[in-house]
Amino acid sequence: MTSASLPPVTNHKRYFFEKFGITERLLERCLGEALSAGGDYADLYFESVISTALGVDEQIVKSASQGTSAGCGIRVLSGERTGYAYTDNLSPERLLHAARTAALIASGPAKQPVQGFTETAAANLYPVPLGGFDLDLAARLELILRADKAARASDPRVVQVRASYSEELRRILIAASDGAFASDTQPLCRLNVFVIAREGALSTKGSAGAGGRAGLEQFAGSKSPEGLAQEAARGAILQLGAVAAPAGEMQVVLGPGWPGILLHEAVGHGLEADFNRKKTSAFAGLIGQPVASPKVTVVDNGTIAGRRGSLNVDDEGSATQETVLIEGGVLKGYLTDKLSARLTGAANTGSGRRESYQCIPMPRMTNTYMLAGDDSPEEILRSVNRGLYAVNFGGGQVDITNGKFVFSASEAYLIEDGKVTAPVRDATLIGNGPEALKYVSMVGNDLKLDEGIGTCGKDGQSVPVGVGMPTIKLDRMTVGGTGR
Amino acid sequence: MNMSQTAATSDLTALDLESMTADVVAMAMKAGASDAEAVAREGDEFSVNVRMGEVETLKESGSRALGLRVFLGKKTASASTSDLTADGIRQLVDGAMALAKVTEEDPFSGMPERDEFGALEGDLHLYYDDVYSLPNAERIEWARRAEAAAMASDARITNSDGGSFDAATGRKVLANSRGFVGGYRTSYAAVSAAPLAVDVNGAMQRDGWWSCARSFALLESPEAVGAEAARRTVRRLGAGRVPTQRVPIVFAPEVARSLIGSVFDAASGDAIWRHASFLAGKLGETIAHPSITIIDDNIMMLPTGVGGFGTSPFDGEGLPSRRTVVVENGVLRNYLLNTYTARKLGMKSTHNASRGLAGTPGIGCGNLFLEPGSPTKDEIIAAVPAGLYVTSLMGFGVNTVTGDYSRGATGLWIENGQLTHSVEEVTIAGNLREMLQNVTAIGNDLEFRSSVASPTLRIDGMTIAGA
Repeated sequence: MTSASLPPVTNHKRYFFEKFGITERLLERCLGEALSAGGDYADLYFESVISTALGVDEQIVKSASQGTSAGCGIRVLSGERTGYAYTDNLSPERLLHAARTAALIASGPAKQPVQGFTETAAANLYPVPLGGFDLDLAARLELILRADKAARASDPRVVQVRASYSEELRRILIAASDGAFASDTQPLCRLNVFVIAREGALSTKGSAGAGGRAGLEQFAGSKSPEGLAQEAARGAILQLGAVAAPAGEMQVVLGPGWPGILLHEAVGHGLEADFNRKKTSAFAGLIGQPVASPKVTVVDNGTIAGRRGSLNVDDEGSATQETVLIEGGVLKGYLTDKLSARLTGAANTGSGRRESYQCIPMPRMTNTYMLAGDDSPEEILRSVNRGLYAVNFGGGQVDITNGKFVFSASEAYLIEDGKVTAPVRDATLIGNGPEALKYVSMVGNDLKLDEGIGTCGKDGQSVPVGVGMPTIKLDRMTVGGTGR
Repeated sequence: MNMSQTAATSDLTALDLESMTADVVAMAMKAGASDAEAVAREGDEFSVNVRMGEVETLKESGSRALGLRVFLGKKTASASTSDLTADGIRQLVDGAMALAKVTEEDPFSGMPERDEFGALEGDLHLYYDDVYSLPNAERIEWARRAEAAAMASDARITNSDGGSFDAATGRKVLANSRGFVGGYRTSYAAVSAAPLAVDVNGAMQRDGWWSCARSFALLESPEAVGAEAARRTVRRLGAGRVPTQRVPIVFAPEVARSLIGSVFDAASGDAIWRHASFLAGKLGETIAHPSITIIDDNIMMLPTGVGGFGTSPFDGEGLPSRRTVVVENGVLRNYLLNTYTARKLGMKSTHNASRGLAGTPGIGCGNLFLEPGSPTKDEIIAAVPAGLYVTSLMGFGVNTVTGDYSRGATGLWIENGQLTHSVEEVTIAGNLREMLQNVTAIGNDLEFRSSVASPTLRIDGMTIAGA
């Protein structure tokens, strides 16, 4: 069974040329119009997104929805200024009107865009299947029905199960006044299971999910519907017996994978170049300084095949790369975009991203993780006399100006005399970004990336991201529980 | 800098949006749907940010989109599109119908009954075209003035994230196969400033303040906004931690409102029928201190005569907006329900449906607030021998299922009833079940600066985790 589908296209840019009647001549005209009042740079960002979501609830396929959106955002840069306009109507008249609106940021004689376009050499990190995007709903429904069944069967205390699958295909085309040209077709999907467990009067929740920029074949092994269902159920059941989390400063061991959200909040946002250029980040002026223990190396890498946070090109059409942010504890650089790179003289790290054509791009993360060390996870746990072992988290947040960050543990245990003991209830951990990682005293050999369901918000714009980390020990971090 | 007047050049008039949604419903019915509901959204926006006296970003545009929900008996699916051409609408209908065929029958699904639909009569004063009345150069000036006022307030304010001015208008239309067609316009304007201050040790702090309103005439002056932003920023300087301890916490209105939001979430039908809420099954029981009364009012006017931020003529399913008492003197009086969740619970919708373009209707609040008490904020603080006055909260540490609450906090230490040094890098934790029972003071300072509002609040028995 398939729903209405688009003609199969394998050439990214042909999609826009054929479906919307975009031509190179039109792109040149729009860029010319954008620079008609001067400015240093202009770009056109075309985007078309098709998304599908399916849900099972109470064993019924209850929900199914589909969305289509398309538009173009036109940007003009003049010094430190950005003019922006967007249109969901891609006729030449409306595109030119948007270009003229964006052009109003500048005031001077017209500039000429570079003649001719040069396509960015880009990776191929997520090949879209041959024959185009096949919307085999039956195969997708099977995933969530399997997850639902497995979650229900896992434990009699599981009383509610919801499984959902969502997917999108995003096509982009970027043409810039410096001659840059890029296009990409970006698949993204995720599978989520959410359960409620109950014992007596106590209800708890558990969830698990996985996804990435690959086809349904990725949902195998631990990421299979059964694997995720069991993981969600396990989390909820565990919480039925949880005790109050401790309160105060203590040793904290973080498990591998999603706990890498520590890095995203503690240093990731603080190292985005827009904040540092404006000196509003607590990390401004610290390049070359130690901001973490010598055991810590943190990178942001947009080039890992098939990952949720990966991109062949960023949303300004620049190639993505692996950027070393912190090496041996020393701050090496920031994540930049075209504007930050130009204004600071730093190299462009290909980190310019935007939520949609309606938004101005800015430096964002892709996949942010710490490299593996030499310690074994067992040694790390044995080295703690009293502390917290946290292996899963919900979300986090950061104030990049004073550096304070939080992330909320959803699965954590007490460590007593080097042994993992009682599970504890939800608690938020808090720290100070430029200082927190200096307390990393042990780094495990078990680097893991997260399962592929992370979303990062900044300035009202959400983008998909990944995080990762090996098991690590922090000699101190504040745990926000209620117990003594 | 020259600029043309905001081009909200909508190709579609109000009449067109309403007839378009009615046409889409008719198309869906013709394609075999047993019921259908279409929504259309149209909006335009203007936004300028001025930083260190110079324009940093300037954005202006508009967009429109269409959503369709179809029923095939007890099966349902939805679709949305930004392509409003004949082709795009055809694909919208075909897509929704094809998806409905793969869903399964849900005995509780379906639209409200014909006699339930309706919209509030009269002008709710939700739309003022004066939000675009300022010439563009002056809009930019407002942003510049807000920032300048903040920076001039204190010598320690040496940096800024900018001053901004925003204006937007929107239109929502809903039509269905059971005879309802309705629509309304809304408007919005805002001015804000986000200054940074540096203390003697070079440590930086940032805060901000803003004013927003449906009518430009009701905005606070940029100078007032800038000065308040500066006051809040400078107040953070010299922040440090405090030891782990259990003391009273006083929540400033801007953070107390998030607690009221958490009660709304826990009382929402979706969480209730799934038993995914600490309030599930507690209708009619005392769940909070007797001084607590929480109202969700979707019809109120502000004292200025303007429609509240959360006011609307009808909810996301076309049922007329109303006022609902959520908690009365500590007793949980009503769950907040849409049609589906009401049916699951054997109850009636409280007309709280919220509707995105696609997807099933959710539950949303109107003007949600905690009724004020009598003490002033200063009297509440003066009664605390040692405690924390919280001005900002971070993180998502609220578990609606268990009631567990743990969030990062910033504020001012209270010593002998006086506000003293600035505090940061601590958490406050408890469980909402107990927190609601342990509200020991509610202030008289209820002010509607957005759709969710609360006076100052004091809660005892929570744990601060710090040094």
